[in-house]
Amino acid sequence: MAIFKDGNTNSSDRSAWDRKRHRQLVEESIKKNLGDIIAEESIIGQSKDKKIKIPIRGIKEYQFIYGKNAGGTGSGEGQEAKGQVIGKANGQPGQQPGQGQAGNNPGEDVYETEITIEELTSYLFDDLQLPDMERKKFAQIESERKFKRSSFQRKGIPPHLNKKRTLAEKIKRQKMAQRDKYNNEENESPERIPFHENDLRYCRIKEDTRRHSNAVVICIMDTSGSMDQTKKYLARSFYFLLYQFVRWKYEHVEVAFIAHTTTAQEVNEQEFFHRGETGGTYISSGYEKALEIIEQRYNPAIWNIYIFHCSDGDNWGEDNAKAVALVNQLCTISNLFGYGEITTSSMYGSAISKEYEKQIHLDNFIMVMMGDKTDIWPAFKKILDTESGGNS
Amino acid sequence: MAAYSLDELEYWNDKIEKLVWDAGLDCYEQHFEICSYEDMLCYEAYVGMPSHYPHWSFGKAYERQKTFYKYNLVGLPYEMVINSDPCIAYLMRDNTLLIHILTMAHVYGHNDFFKNNRLFKRDTWANLEMEMFKAHANRVREYIQDPSIGPDKVERILDAAHGLKFQTCRHGERKKISEEEEGTVPERLKDDLLAFLAEKGKLAEWERDLIHIVREETMYFIPQLETKIMNEGWASYWHYQILNQLELPQGLHLEFLQRHHLVIRPHQGQINPYFLGFKMFEYLDQQPGGREKIMAIRSEDRDQSFIRRYLNQELCEKLHLFSYGIQGEDIVVTEVSNEEGWKTVRDNLANAVGLGSIPIIRPVGVENGTLLLEHVCDQRELELNYAQETVKYVVDLWGGKVDLRVKIDNNPKIISCSEGKIVNVHD
Repeated sequence: MAIFKDGNTNSSDRSAWDRKRHRQLVEESIKKNLGDIIAEESIIGQSKDKKIKIPIRGIKEYQFIYGKNAGGTGSGEGQEAKGQVIGKANGQPGQQPGQGQAGNNPGEDVYETEITIEELTSYLFDDLQLPDMERKKFAQIESERKFKRSSFQRKGIPPHLNKKRTLAEKIKRQKMAQRDKYNNEENESPERIPFHENDLRYCRIKEDTRRHSNAVVICIMDTSGSMDQTKKYLARSFYFLLYQFVRWKYEHVEVAFIAHTTTAQEVNEQEFFHRGETGGTYISSGYEKALEIIEQRYNPAIWNIYIFHCSDGDNWGEDNAKAVALVNQLCTISNLFGYGEITTSSMYGSAISKEYEKQIHLDNFIMVMMGDKTDIWPAFKKILDTESGGNS
Repeated sequence: MAAYSLDELEYWNDKIEKLVWDAGLDCYEQHFEICSYEDMLCYEAYVGMPSHYPHWSFGKAYERQKTFYKYNLVGLPYEMVINSDPCIAYLMRDNTLLIHILTMAHVYGHNDFFKNNRLFKRDTWANLEMEMFKAHANRVREYIQDPSIGPDKVERILDAAHGLKFQTCRHGERKKISEEEEGTVPERLKDDLLAFLAEKGKLAEWERDLIHIVREETMYFIPQLETKIMNEGWASYWHYQILNQLELPQGLHLEFLQRHHLVIRPHQGQINPYFLGFKMFEYLDQQPGGREKIMAIRSEDRDQSFIRRYLNQELCEKLHLFSYGIQGEDIVVTEVSNEEGWKTVRDNLANAVGLGSIPIIRPVGVENGTLLLEHVCDQRELELNYAQETVKYVVDLWGGKVDLRVKIDNNPKIISCSEGKIVNVHD
């Protein structure tokens, strides 16, 4: 005789631990692939909800399996003929997932996760556990005046009349009158009870002023002949992270793009990344332009200013001294000045980077070297360390 | 709430059990446990074992199954049966009465198969299995909690051992230790990469133990892999016989037919083990020898021999079986079941069922600390990406460089993985 047992209805969640660990691995894998992910995205103007697909590697459970040349056996409808094409090797040949197949299909794991850019940034920054950084005193400007209803009062102006409350007051009075009538036969109450001035209730209005913290990111890039497509690609990934980071910290972020060769120009995002130019390099020209823009539009008293400059460091020698002086000047008015040197060929720093190293000792100046995609994330972390270390 | 009572289940179970006895099936004592859908997902993820050691891959299996289920890509299994004595089966609470009846009859088929099939009798110990899984879980948890080991180190070994779990002795024979010379691969470990690594790899005692735990578990599951078609076919054959004799009320009977056909329907372009197994047993029951013959088959065979011996031309044609291969981007039919072709179709299938679907990697020698492996090649070649990743697991357990001899596009190559996990493929 079989035994029946009605299992526990509120059973413990045994898989919780393993699921958590799995999710951790997924997140780690996302972080590991950040270089690939951020390189794909146009850095600005993506809506926060845009979904990006992330191939997750590293949580595949690898085993020795047969490759595609193994073929297989199937059941058909009887019309199959030798040589007939029944499907594509990359797609599944009309298969349903999850069903056992004799010819063991390696099958891609379904783990191509879709996440939004916002989730991505929170993955990025949650983990860094940044201290809450001090914001500039005047960095918060009054951005919005809102009026909010808060409570009720007996006096007020007609537009603030709250009809619902008023009606409730009237009903209360009406019920009271009826009860009195019950208790007190002779006390005749009127048939209809009109609104009385004492019934009227008005909304109390509170002024609500919100303050915004503002930031501007000034991206400066060397677009001279020596900056090839790969280098720009790196720069772009780097800016993407920085922009996301600044946007994550501040409610209102503006971005300005400056492209320079021997002269500098303010450009839009498209031009910034795709414009190819030839010619020499005066890094100082980009810095001068930045100063000019700050002077015109972003008063350092109310704006948090972040300046990032990417270059391969191939500056013309006579310009170095001027560049150093300008960096010093920019550092005094900005929260952070980041200089990213892209060195695809060697890890030797350029002449200008050595000058910077020697002559600039400000807390909010940071220099990073990037050789390939994998350097972006460490470089970015180094910048953040400076940012938090310098202010807290 | 469910539209049935426990009394009803017991009522139908009594009838089923009687028919099971009358038919001459020989079962372990049967226990049914009714569980929720979450529990069912959980049992599925943990290969049916209520107490199993933790590893993230089970969390992944759970999430994956849940996602599939949520998007209606697959239905949950109606039941889960464990090869143990007493035999334990889970029934999902939300199922209808008819599904429960069908499932119970199906479960008795599996139960009989577990108790009588040669592979299970030889390689598993039904009365000890639950205890074994519990003991394993306890040991793994101990290692995880040990401050000198911890979860990360345990995970590293389990990841690697899981990746190689089928690279072990396939036929349950446990060979005696014999005399052996240094440097070569001893005879008894020739077909057992996992045991070889556990014994000869640069590992701590607890690491060896973890590998043995994974290996023991694979041993327990190999009979199920090797008899998937027979086991499901056998259970389906019996649920069909039994439910037809149960004199179900008309409404239930219609639901039964509908469910039954859903279970045993052919999957276009694939092999549904329920379909193939059911059709074969049904056919064999009609042949000379009948019931007695199929009883003998269920005791003696495994999928490979079952197909080789009993899948004949008539069946191949009736089931429209065909072989396919990849040519360029296309999947192309290479052979169909007709006068000339059916034997090829049968043999292709027989070679690819059970462990036949898993390549064999063997240790062949050690040279200056480098472990030499070889893929025992038939026509089929390894998936290169997976092979390159999996070799890293071998390095994890071996503790040194590993060379794997393979064939790529019919040319002999070597996949080398250094101690630092740098993989390269060369001649």
